[in-house]
This record gives sequence, C-alpha cells and structure tokens, in this order.
Amino acid sequence: MINFFDRLMRLDRRWIFLFLIVVCIIAYVSDFDVPIMPEREVETIYEFVDSLPPGEIVMIAIDYDPNNLAELHPMTYAIVEQCWRKNLKVLITSLSQNGPGMADEALRSITDSLAETKTYNGQVYEGREVVNGVDYCFLGYKPYFALVILGMGQNFRLPFPEDYYGTPLDSIPMMQGVLNYDDVACVIDLSGGNITDYWISYGQNRFNFPLALGLTGVMTAQYYPYLGSGQVFGIMGGLLGAAQYEKLVDNAGLARDGMRVQLPAHIVIILFILVGNIGFFVDRRNRHRAEGR
Amino acid sequence: MRFLFGLTVILALLLGASVSAQTEPPVTDSVADSVEVPAIPPPAPVTDLKALDTDDDHGHSVTLTWTKSVDAQTGQNTVNGHQIFRWYPAMMDSLAGVDSLKNMRQDIQRAQSANSVFRRALGVAEDALEDLTSGGRGFDALRFTVATPQDDSTFVLDRAFVEQALRDTVATMTTHLPLLPDSIKGLQASFEAAIERLTEAHQAYPEGGSWNLVGLAAKGDTSFVNSGNKDPMSGDFIKDFTDLYYRVDVVTIDETIRTESAIVGPVQSEGQWFNGGRFPVFWAVIIFGFLTMYFVSRARKGDDLYVRPLAGIEAVDDAIGRATEMGRPILYVLGLGTAADVATIASFTVLGRVAKQVAEYQTELIVPTYDPIVMSVAQEVVKSSYLDAGRPDDYKENTVFFVTNLQFAYVAAVNGIMLRELPATNIYMGKFFAESLLLAETGALAGSIQIAGTDEIAQIPFFIVACDYTLIGEELYAASAYLGREPILLGSLKAQDWAKAAVIVLGIVGLVAANLEWGFAKTFLEYFHVTN
Amino acid sequence: MKRQVPLVLVLLFGLFMIFQYFVPHESSEWVYEFLLDWIYIIGIFALALGIWSLYVVSVDKVKTRKHDWGYSYVTLAGLFGMILFGFTARHGDEWGWYLIFVACVLLTVIMSVQAMAARINKGLPLGLAGLFLLGAVLIAVFDDTWSFYFYTQEGLQSTMFRAFFDYIMMPILATIFSLLAFFIASAAYRAFRARNLLASLLLIAALIVMMRFFPYFGENVGEFIARVSSWLMNVPNLAAQRAIIIGVGLGIVATALKVILGIERGYMGKG
Repeated sequence: MINFFDRLMRLDRRWIFLFLIVVCIIAYVSDFDVPIMPEREVETIYEFVDSLPPGEIVMIAIDYDPNNLAELHPMTYAIVEQCWRKNLKVLITSLSQNGPGMADEALRSITDSLAETKTYNGQVYEGREVVNGVDYCFLGYKPYFALVILGMGQNFRLPFPEDYYGTPLDSIPMMQGVLNYDDVACVIDLSGGNITDYWISYGQNRFNFPLALGLTGVMTAQYYPYLGSGQVFGIMGGLLGAAQYEKLVDNAGLARDGMRVQLPAHIVIILFILVGNIGFFVDRRNRHRAEGR
Repeated sequence: MRFLFGLTVILALLLGASVSAQTEPPVTDSVADSVEVPAIPPPAPVTDLKALDTDDDHGHSVTLTWTKSVDAQTGQNTVNGHQIFRWYPAMMDSLAGVDSLKNMRQDIQRAQSANSVFRRALGVAEDALEDLTSGGRGFDALRFTVATPQDDSTFVLDRAFVEQALRDTVATMTTHLPLLPDSIKGLQASFEAAIERLTEAHQAYPEGGSWNLVGLAAKGDTSFVNSGNKDPMSGDFIKDFTDLYYRVDVVTIDETIRTESAIVGPVQSEGQWFNGGRFPVFWAVIIFGFLTMYFVSRARKGDDLYVRPLAGIEAVDDAIGRATEMGRPILYVLGLGTAADVATIASFTVLGRVAKQVAEYQTELIVPTYDPIVMSVAQEVVKSSYLDAGRPDDYKENTVFFVTNLQFAYVAAVNGIMLRELPATNIYMGKFFAESLLLAETGALAGSIQIAGTDEIAQIPFFIVACDYTLIGEELYAASAYLGREPILLGSLKAQDWAKAAVIVLGIVGLVAANLEWGFAKTFLEYFHVTN
Repeated sequence: MKRQVPLVLVLLFGLFMIFQYFVPHESSEWVYEFLLDWIYIIGIFALALGIWSLYVVSVDKVKTRKHDWGYSYVTLAGLFGMILFGFTARHGDEWGWYLIFVACVLLTVIMSVQAMAARINKGLPLGLAGLFLLGAVLIAVFDDTWSFYFYTQEGLQSTMFRAFFDYIMMPILATIFSLLAFFIASAAYRAFRARNLLASLLLIAALIVMMRFFPYFGENVGEFIARVSSWLMNVPNLAAQRAIIIGVGLGIVATALKVILGIERGYMGKG
C-alpha cells in the first residue's frame, strides 16, 4: 500500500496524458448529453439577434486562428445559421492572420446546411439557397486591426474597397447604402486574442454600437467588467458559452459534442488533484511515523 | 363670381401658408395612410441653445448644449427626442459643376472602383485573346444548341469570330482606359477646390444651402457633440475655422410634429494645443520624473540604496554555472512581444547579462525569436555582450535566429529545440500568452532548470506552477537594475517604490473620500478624473 | 558616435511620444501617424532579415549535421512551398505540369542548400540545382494551365494554398493548442497539493471554481457554488490582479523614462 502511494506521488506525467486521452476518446464516442443551463449573458445575445426584423445586418468579426477553432467555431456556426434562418444579413470581417480561412470554411458549410429544411425551437424553416452579396458579405482580412476597426467606423470601403472575393463593395447588393457601424444592428466579435480589447476601446467606445463577445474560456473572466459597465451586451465564454448558445437556438452541433468531452476531462483533472493530495497526505503521515520511530 | 374668386384666393393663401409652415415635409406614405391618431400639440422648443468648439480635441468638432424643452419629461411630456441640424452651404453658386460634396465623394469612389473593375476586365479580355491567338487552350468552336419543337438548330461560334470580337473589345477598352483616371483626377481636383472654398461658402449663410440632420439625441439629453471627421473624403467632414450654424428640433412620436429651436452660430471648430482633460496624468509624469531624477542623483552621490533580493535573478548565475558544468546549452526565450513592449525591453537587458556570462563561461546560447525586429535587436545585444566579455570571436551569428510569426508554430519550434538539445536552463522573459504552459511544461519534461518573468497577469500562474523561479510583473523590470547594480538604475527603483507608496496612500484617501458625502471629498476625487 | 546617435534618436522620439499624448492638435497627430507608418516599413524590412536568418540557421544545421538535421529540409520546403502556392494558381481544372514545376523549385532549394552545406565537391549539387531551376523556368514559360499572380485574390484562392491551409496548418495548430489540456492536467496534479495553509486555500479555491462547470449538482448547490466561485474570481482574485497591474504600470513608466533618458541601455547591449 505504501509502495502504491509512493508510486502515485512520482507518477510520470505521461500516464496522466494517457488516462486523459482515453477518457476523452471514450466520452467522444459514447452517446450522452450534458445538461446545459444558458446563462444570462448568453441569453442577451440570443434575444438581441432573435428580435431583429428580417433584412437587418449583423456584423460578425471572425478574429480567431485555427488554434481557437474548437471553442469559437461552434459559435460562428450557431449565430450565422440563426441569422440566415431569420433572414438577417451577415457582414463578416476577419482581422486575425488566419481568420479568412476559418470564415470561408464556416460560410461554405453553413450555406450547405441552409439548403435543408429544418426545425428549430418548434418552428419550421424552409431550406433555401444562400447568396453571396445578398445574404452575406465577407470583407476579408487586413493587417493592423486597430486601424481597420477605426477605418470601418468612417466607411467600410476605406479598409475594404473590395470584398474577400474581389468584388467592389459598391456593386454588392447588400452593401448598398451601408456605410459604417451606424448601418449594422450589432457587432459580435469572436476572438481568441487581444483584438477584443481594440473592438471595445477603438470600436464600441468611439462609435457606440452594440457589441457582444465570444471568447475563449481562458480569456472570459477578464472581460466581465465590460459587461457590468454596459460596453458589451453579452458574452459567450469558451465551449460552455458556445454550447449554451447552441441550446438557445436549438441547433446542437460541435459545442454539444465538445461539452461531452470537456466535462469528463474536467472531472478527471479534479480527480487527479484529489488523488494527488491523498497520496501526499499518506506519504507525509508515513514519513512522520518513520521519523517518530 | 367675385365672391368665388375671393374665396379661391383666400384658400390659396391659406394652403400656401400651411405648406410653408412645414419646414421639413417628410410626410411618408405610411404616415399618410395610417389611421387617424389624436393630434399631438407641438412641444415647446429647447431654449438657451449654445454651440462651442469641443475642448481638448484635434478640432473638427462642435459641442452643443441646451436647456430641455418644458415638454420633455415634464409638462405635456410629448417630446420623443432631439434632432440636430447643421446648415450646409450650396456649392452651386460658387463652383460650377459642383453639386454637393456628398455626391462628389460618391462619384469619386464610384469612379475609382469602376477603374479597378475596368482594368481587371481588360486584363481578362487580353488574356483570352492571347490564349486564342497562341492556340493555347485548343479552342476550336463553341457550339450552341437551341432545341425547338421542330428541329434542333445548332449555332457555331468560330475562332475567327471570337477573335475579332475580343480584338474589338480590347481595342475599345484600351482607348477608353486612360479616360477614367483622368476623370477621377478631374473629380478630385474640383473636390479639393470645393473643400478649399468651403469656409467662404459658409459665409454665405443663410443664402441658398440647406439644413441637414447630423445627429440624434435622446429626450433627456441636454448636450450633443457633433464630432466630424478630419478627412475631407469622409462623409462627416467638418472644416476647422469655418462658420457653422446649428439648430436643435424637438420631435414627438409623430416626426412631422416638431418645434425648431432658435438658430445658433456662427461657431468655429479648432484643435487645441493642450489636452486639459489629461492634467492629472501630466502632473503624475512631472512628479514621477522629478522623483526619478532626485533618487538617481542621490545614488550618484553614493547613497546606499537597498534592493530586496530577487530569487529568480540570483538563480540566473547559478543556472548558467550549471549549464557550463553539464556542457549543455542555455535557451533564452524573449516571448511574443514586439520590441516596443516594455517587457521585451527589460528582457533585452537580462539577455545581455546572460550572454555576457555565457561568453565568459564559453557555454552555448540559443535564442529563437518570434518577431524579426526583436531578432535584430537581440542579435545586437548578444554581440555587444560577447564584445564586453572580451570574446568577440566566440560570437556566432546563428545564436539569435528568427523562427516564425505564428504563435503555435513558434511553440512547436521551441519545444522541438528543448527536446532535441536538452538545454540545462530555460529562461523565459517577456510577453507570453497561451503558449506559456506549453513551453514551461515541455521544459520541465526535458529536465531543465527554468526561470520565467512576465507582466502578463493571466500567464503568471502557469509559470509559477511549471518553473523553478518566476519574476512577477514589475520584478521583471527591476531585474535590469538589480543585475547591473549601477547606482543610477537603483535610483529609479527607489522612485518607483515612492510612487507606489503614494498610490497606496491616495487609494486609501480616495476610498474614504468616495464613501463620504463631504463637499471637499467629492472635489478631491474630481482632481484625479482623466477625461478622454 | 555609434552609441550616441541611437540615444539621441530615442530621446527625441520618446519625448515626442509624451508630447503627442498631451497635445491633441492635428499637426501633432500628423507627425504621430507618420511615425506609426515607419513601424510598418521597418517591420517589413526586418521580416526579410528574419526569413534570411531562418534560412541560414537551417542550412547551418544541415552543414554541421546537428541532431535531426533532416527536418531543416522540411522547414525550408514548407517556407518556399507556401510562398510559391500563394503566388500561383491554375486557370481551369487541369494541373498540367504544375506539380512538376513545384517539385523542381523545391529540389532547386534543396540542392542549393546541399551545395552550401557540402564541404567538398560542391559542383554536383550546384549543377543539379541549376538543372532543376532551368526545368522550373521552362515549365513556367511554356505551361499555360497556370500562371503567377501578384497582389490579387487568386493567389489566396489557389487550390494548393487552400489545401495546405485547411488540411495541414489548421489541424496542426489546433492540435498544438489542444495539448494545453494535457499540460494543464499534469501541472494541476503536481501543483495543487495541500502542503501548508496557503496551498490548501489555493487548492480549495481552485476546486470550487472548477466545480462551477459541473451541471449535476442540482439547483441549490449549483447556485451556491456559482456564487462562491464568482466571489472568488471577483474579489480576492481581482484584488491581487489589480495590485500586480498597478505595479506593472509604474514599472512600465519607470522603464520607459529610463530608456528615454538613456539610463537604461540594455536594448543596445549595455546592461
């Protein structure tokens, strides 16, 4: 027994890695649902988008790189599909270096999904074809995001005279009469880096548009003060936030699958901490005993 | 008959008067068609309207203040909001061909995008023509089959026809291409002339011109900042030192029922040479600067200044010794910061110190970098350190090298170096983000002694967990003073300590003041208020 | 002199940056924006230096036959391959000689590295490099199923660029980031031990915050844990963070002053 705890204390970390990956794989292939309770700060985003009249423009900033894909891609999927199902238009920018690839990939698969008739929250939405330039406009990437965010406050055409596919903005039907942030209903920034700071300080602060954030789990705690001050009207934090949003739009997808893995992984980490502490206490008691003798 | 004529005249006069009474006739169909609503009496206008140049800014902005209408939130409570109007001069009179600046802006932008589309189209046509003439695409003929109930007719476009059509297209486009940039230039020239004469045009008030909506304010508001843009090409350009006239309308739910205020003006916007809103920062900089100078001069005179020992910095020497004994290299990671980040600047100093010792002990140093500018600076730092150590010949160009500008690709590269080279010591100093734990855990796995320092608060816990020594926040900045042991550097540390003491005292006083309702306590907090 | 000029420049621009913070006037803004433009320009030149440094280091690894030197070829092939894919795109559906062209360019790079690394007999790799280069040039001139694009969107739309981005770069970056989960697990296992009073407090706090994600507690317990964890995050955690932020802020000002006044010269190699 003593030997066991002794070994536990000196457990090679690779055993932890192995155990964690085994748990993750089992959780991924097994079929169960994690109960999700949407929080208020996620609901506000859903309600805001849900209450918009058809034809309004929602601006979505896909400012994340492939490394944050797991947490933020589900948010993109859920929000863009919700917008299109509600016949809202989507204006997309991508201010991180590898963002355009992410946005392009997401747009293509959501377009495919829209072609099918589906039922969300009890309402049947007929399948329809999504048209570039009518239902969405993808502006693409420009470096030095602070300057781009400022520039778009004047006119989207300053940083982006043409969209990602090379069409001049003036000849895109959706962009007729759409000048700057005043002409969009809200901006939703999905980001895994410090671009969020600039959307708040250079964008929202200066041009005063409704701003919501989708963030990676690690970043979330940092941005709650902005929710309190009213600069941000909603926050989706990490995979949990994405899963909550999916639950609200009744479109379970990547985040639901992710939660099935994340929850057992969290439990494993907690268990390891507890086991490590038991080992530590037993070890210490044994040493005290040995010294006492 | 005469009676009828008189009646007509009276009716016409009445009609005319009622039309002219409507300043803005935005009667839309929806309003006209809507069911009858009980008539809202026009609200009382805002009074005491004042327009002043906005303070502490770069110009191009005017601030309006007013006293609320008696019907806003009080009285009849019919006011739904404020609409702010500015007088725009008519450019027609002074400049031939200039309709309005707004239209000209749009024309220029349209012409510019047309130009790019035109050029691209020409390129496509030229490419197609070249393909066709060189036979590259193996074009024979295009067949169009048209099915009719009677028979299937087939039309054939042959090579010669297509070639001729393409030649015509290219020729026409080539002749027209230079015209577009010329027209853009012409448009721009007349636009610039119009901007030039904008001040003059405003002096024509109230001749010609029109009132334009420039903003909205809520019913409870008593001020509005009309901040324009400094770029003439942008829609909301406001020219400095130009007479501007404003008017604020109170509107009811039915926007046709409104009351205009008296017109205010002329007012001119201008830029300021000092931002008064930043006075507290100004004083803080002055006081802190003096503190630094004072302590530096004291240190120069030979005063003994005590500095708390920093375990992380003291460990650097031991770690280098260890690496020498083991015959393994030292890995120095400068983080993801740019050369403008103070954490990176502080890291350069520590790198200089490490490189000097490495040169003396003749150990190997590996410095992979994330930013090319940081790389150039780090190369210079290491080179000088080898020179200082008296071993310039031992310096190798490849000590400091660039890896990639992609966060996780950088992690992969550095982790690879750790596992291949098994450095005796890893030093992480600078700005770190999500990669901190990835680096530090791999380093721990490789069995290296690890020393970290960063001012990124979110990453400090990760380093504390996985590294042997961690410099927390400002300790990283203090490291240079500590390493150098130069009196003048220690002096600045002392100034920092005093400033921190002042912040603590002011924090406590502010806390008390904020919770007391004394008159002085309130104004005390105002002294520290930084606006814009 | 070599030391004096940079110090004077730092003093000048440093003072201007302080000046422009307090002076909102348009002329000060103009100089500020002008200086910011210079950062872009310097950055682009430095990037060229950086790529050159990467190339030299890789060649050096091959030359000295360092541990796992073969991977240097992968690095260089990736670097030049992606640049090539970014600037070329095919017109239609046919590939033509494109892949052979790419192979020729990469072989040219590898052979030139080989030539630089070889101690004796540089002639053979150099000759081969020339041969492959000739092949690449010939294909570029005569094959018209694809062509070069500069400053246009076609480069980014190119099939190869997209494929490498979607199927190689995206999965690799996502994988490296997800390694964090394993590292957090092992780090938590080692770090959260109730060694003494403070460590025990840390342990308990960490457990409570982590429990927040557990949805099976039922309403009352769940609500309680959520409240306690948000108190932990917003009061003790935020207080400590603010203390560090104030220290960092003062440290930044002090360091900046030292740099401007030329007291701190670490960035010039003078510790």
